[in-house]
Amino acid sequence: MSKISVENLNLYYQDFHALRGVNVEIAPTMITSMIGPSGCGKSTLLRTFNRMNDLVDGVRVDGKILIDGDNILPAQYDLVSLRKKVGMVFQRPNPFPMSIASNIKFGLEVHGVVRKDALDATVEDALRAVSLWDELKDRLSCSALGLSLEQQQRLCIARLIAVKPEILLMDEPCSALDPIATERVEELMIELKANYTIVIVTHNMQQAARISDYTGFMWLGELVEFGRTDGMFTNPKEKLTQDYITGRAG
Amino acid sequence: MNETLDTSTTPPAAVKETLLKQILNPRIVQKGAFFLLLLATLLVIVPVGMIVVIIVAKGAPAISWEFLSAMPSRGMRAGGIFPAIIGSIYLVGATIVFAIPVGVFSAIYLVEYAGNTLLTRMVKLAIINLAGVPSIVYGLFGLGLFVIFLGFGPSILAGALTLAIMILPIIITTSKEALDAVPKSFREASLALGASKWQTIRHVVLPNALPGILTGIILGISRAAGETAPILFTVAAFYLPRLPTSVFDQVMVLPYHLFVVSTQIPNIEQSYTYGTALVLVGMVLVTNLAAILLRSKYRKKL
Repeated sequence: MSKISVENLNLYYQDFHALRGVNVEIAPTMITSMIGPSGCGKSTLLRTFNRMNDLVDGVRVDGKILIDGDNILPAQYDLVSLRKKVGMVFQRPNPFPMSIASNIKFGLEVHGVVRKDALDATVEDALRAVSLWDELKDRLSCSALGLSLEQQQRLCIARLIAVKPEILLMDEPCSALDPIATERVEELMIELKANYTIVIVTHNMQQAARISDYTGFMWLGELVEFGRTDGMFTNPKEKLTQDYITGRAG
Repeated sequence: MNETLDTSTTPPAAVKETLLKQILNPRIVQKGAFFLLLLATLLVIVPVGMIVVIIVAKGAPAISWEFLSAMPSRGMRAGGIFPAIIGSIYLVGATIVFAIPVGVFSAIYLVEYAGNTLLTRMVKLAIINLAGVPSIVYGLFGLGLFVIFLGFGPSILAGALTLAIMILPIIITTSKEALDAVPKSFREASLALGASKWQTIRHVVLPNALPGILTGIILGISRAAGETAPILFTVAAFYLPRLPTSVFDQVMVLPYHLFVVSTQIPNIEQSYTYGTALVLVGMVLVTNLAAILLRSKYRKKL
């Protein structure tokens, strides 16, 4: 059964029709990537999965998004539990200007965890999960802003893992990183997919081909083609997809 | 064309033109502009320096333990200014008790909760206008509303409420700017972790905006400590050689006391007047310094 299923999703920013009748099934414990040119709606689609679009004025959504069978779009849906379950990593690493440990504890504290030993244990577990523990275990009280961009992005992922989400949404998580850091974060994503369902938006087709199991290609708000990554890149069904991945369109 | 030949045959008008060109040379124009800008900047220091030098030079001889801790005597020509110092401290203290919560809370509401509706646009316009009201008008307003209508009489309460209204726009405007300046990415990160809007404001937005909010509070305190017109009818006593016992008491206040001793008391020693001015300026500087230290401490923590 799919983790996220999107049924006939339409989204409007005021008069602008940003997502047009999107239908997609996202498989659990897989990496699904969304590719397409700038402005095609791939980030908008991602931000409907944790309802971050609610922050934008004048957004209207219709259709259904089922996560584990629950439609998350009704206005009264509990956003706190949704966002606890569906975490998000942003384009630019955005650690809070606090210590490394406080960054990780933040999510737990807002969800009411106060026991010090539980918090400390989570800091270690989360940092181990993103392979930062050995580098940072002696600097936990230092400011997170002193870390390299790659470390900051890993810390942001660790901060998510600390609240035990099931789905990780990643909005071009490597666009601020150099190629070597990108490679290491990609390795991390492949490690993480054993336990998490990952949806990544990327403008980098090679990245999608390297790491994802499924790929969707979007164009002007529509999901043009969706399928297994190897099939999509070697033998696309749509001419538009082929033109885009060979560099003739976009 | 040969250059020497060119100059020898140049008519006078052309010489003038090349001279003009040399003066309008971008490098020279730039030097001139920089010099003007530097001059304007230096001019800012002059009045500040002069005020401080004159007040210190003329007022320092008056400063003594007695001056700071005794009641005034001999028709305020001798003794100390103790009740005015205490009165000012009480009054400014009471002012910030009223002004900080109202100012900071309304800034949070305006930035975080209020949408861009007609009501909020009206509130914003009201704040701008409140900042432009002359301070004597606040004094009359305080007299009408707090002293007479609400029956507080001339008292610390009436004076503090009047001053609080006067400094509200300063606190709201600077707090609003500080809150607006907190990067959107921090809010998004917090909300995406499942924090509620209030938790995001409380744990992420406010700590980051605190240095800026403190700046507004500093400016507000300095303004409240130094104003004379708003307290004239609402709290300030001409001569009251005892300390207040409740918020419904009148008090002597430094700025008004300074006005009294410089204009209403004949044959007063000049050092007494300047000493009072020195204490007032000193108190404002000390509050500012304390708040600046507090602010830099919070900045460092980030």
